[in-house]
Amino acid sequence: MGMIGNASSLICDPLDRELVQAIQGGLPLVVNPYAAIAEQIGTSETEVIRRLERLLESGDIRRFGVVVRHRELGYRANAMVVWDVNDKRVSEIGRLIGCQPCVTLCYRRPRRPGRWRYNLFCMIHGRSREGVLNNLQALIRKCGLERIEHEVLFSRRRFKQCGARYVTEKESRDPIPSVNSLTAE
Amino acid sequence: MAQKESILDRPLNELERRLLNDFQEGFPLTSRPFRTIAERVGCTEDEAMYTLQQLQSHQLISRVGPVFRPNRVGASTLAAMEVPVERLQAVADIINRYGEVNHNYEREHRLNLWFVVTAANREMLESVLHEIEQITGLEVIDLPMIEDFHINLGFPLQWV
Repeated sequence: MGMIGNASSLICDPLDRELVQAIQGGLPLVVNPYAAIAEQIGTSETEVIRRLERLLESGDIRRFGVVVRHRELGYRANAMVVWDVNDKRVSEIGRLIGCQPCVTLCYRRPRRPGRWRYNLFCMIHGRSREGVLNNLQALIRKCGLERIEHEVLFSRRRFKQCGARYVTEKESRDPIPSVNSLTAE
Repeated sequence: MAQKESILDRPLNELERRLLNDFQEGFPLTSRPFRTIAERVGCTEDEAMYTLQQLQSHQLISRVGPVFRPNRVGASTLAAMEVPVERLQAVADIINRYGEVNHNYEREHRLNLWFVVTAANREMLESVLHEIEQITGLEVIDLPMIEDFHINLGFPLQWV
């Protein structure tokens, strides 16, 4: 089983971490973007490229490229489908669902007894609700999931979407309101 | 809601489509990546760079850069809350103020608010969740990834 958030699993090299910091929000779209990043963290362009290649090779970077915004491109229906799979079969079923073309994410997550029963999550994006549901039905048939309990959680409002920011200890964040200012709303 | 003028008001052209689709992985790690792209798609370096800038400024792409493997650079989790409907916007606003929160959606469920939290380590992540519970007086269900079954090679776009 994967270790969750265990410190030993983190990228530790200080320059790698600085590179992650500098690049997590995306490349500057300038003629020599890697040189710009290099300047920011006080190293050379060659070193930035070499380190990015290494992080890709090790799989710490899953992919490097254009990250699209689904909604803006017309994929307005976004469903998180959650499944209650027998723990003994969850890896097998997860791998099966994870390689279906309509699925954009597939993760195992913990159950929280009494509060949350589902242990497998996948995401299906589509241009319409109907399209997503059709894809889901096809997925259920193809993978033989008819007897696995599931729920479909379509998104309504999107309150925020941006790239993950692995905020460091050094960084401060926006002040948050006090309890009083919230209850006053 | 009024929509601002955007690239979406006309069909995307061939160059825009190729830039959106063909470089979701394998973006060139070269000194002049837009020149490398230009050579592949048959445009000029300036056109490639300018078009990506346009796609980004019109928010069709969120960034050009890395997608990290979960839990290698920091700790992350999916959090869920059951928020009374009349408080949903206010609670979402509070959550959005955290730089650690990168996705935050209302979903059709009893648990109606779902957000992703990413921090440098698990302790900092838990302190964010705890703080949100304190401020809102609502329970946050913490659902960190245990196993990843998807090979993320980007999202194949289909044009209509």
